[in-house]
Amino acid sequence: MDSVLSPSDEHLYLPATVTRSAKILIAGHFGAGKTTLVGSVSEIKPLRTEELITEASTGIDDLAGLPGKTETTVAFDFGRRTLSPQLALYLFGTPGQNRFTPFWEHLFHGALGALILVDTRRLQDSDPVLGLFEERGLPFGVAVNEFEGAPRYARDEIRQALALDDDVVLTSCDARNEVSSIHALIAFIEYLHRSRRLEHLS
Amino acid sequence: MRGPRRDPDMVRAYVRTRGHSSPSRDGLTLTTLVRAADRPLHGLDVEALRVMRICRGPLSIAEIASLLDLPPTVALIVVSGLLDTGHLDSPAPAGQPDISVLEEVLNGLRALAVR
Ligand SMILES: Nc1nc2c(ncn2[C@@H]2O[C@H](COP(=O)(O)OP(=O)(O)OP(=O)(O)O)[C@@H](O)[C@H]2O)c(=O)[nH]1
Ligand SMILES: [Mg+2]
Repeated sequence: MDSVLSPSDEHLYLPATVTRSAKILIAGHFGAGKTTLVGSVSEIKPLRTEELITEASTGIDDLAGLPGKTETTVAFDFGRRTLSPQLALYLFGTPGQNRFTPFWEHLFHGALGALILVDTRRLQDSDPVLGLFEERGLPFGVAVNEFEGAPRYARDEIRQALALDDDVVLTSCDARNEVSSIHALIAFIEYLHRSRRLEHLS
Repeated sequence: MRGPRRDPDMVRAYVRTRGHSSPSRDGLTLTTLVRAADRPLHGLDVEALRVMRICRGPLSIAEIASLLDLPPTVALIVVSGLLDTGHLDSPAPAGQPDISVLEEVLNGLRALAVR
């Protein structure tokens, strides 16, 4: 099926009164539930985009098909939820491979922060993504996506296992559930608001 | 029918110029909202026309990229040019969020959670 919509697909458009947007990144290790949470909260069918990244540093010639070039695809998915007649919230599920490429700047730019999902069966897999946001100074919170059959730990134990600072918000959710996902987002935004963590934006 | 998918050569051309011509407007982001202004379309290239056709109502640049199957960096460049020529409008200056945005987001999410 081709992805071009006809201009009459009005449902895709925001109400004409919407003038502002906000962005939250949904991050986490491979399979943590990022796409699921985005889909649970989104009012539109989640969309996906891909960017071709050329990794070698020799410039233009990389794209001319010379041997030795490295092209990888950075894919992310996103959804949208209109929160008021004026404001639309965008949720961006970050790429599964949590390795910084310059394209991440586009994801970071203007984001309020990142909610990092973790699966308690793979806590150690969260290190690269936590490192990415710590290094960058983008505020983040952590939500345990409670898969059934996954071990349940006390919050303190998880905090310790992830080496989270005491003040970083730690919550839990079922990413498949809309209201549960919204509650996790609320906990995260309350934390940002409480700590006025917006310095990164200036 | 194959449909108007993106032309790989065009994408490469844009990608090639990326280092030299980043979007001319500071503060343009993937979540910047734009919509078509009422201006004649003659003289626009194929990609610009596709963007104009889809921008009948407010959309983010990320949505434009995804719906037209354009790499996000290409969509940023095309939209930036169309804002410069007045073919697209952005309803609000693409400023950085401030504390009032957090409050609006919070109020909106809380309203959804108690429905
Ligand atoms: N049981 C259960 N399954 C879940 C939950 N969240 C996600 N899943 C499932 O787990 C799998 C991975 O979820 P995704 O949302 O694709 O995870 P992701 O983080 O986007 O994965 P990548 O993009 O590949 O890194 C899917 O099969 C989901 O259906 C949850 O809360 N409970
Ligand atoms: Mg995913």
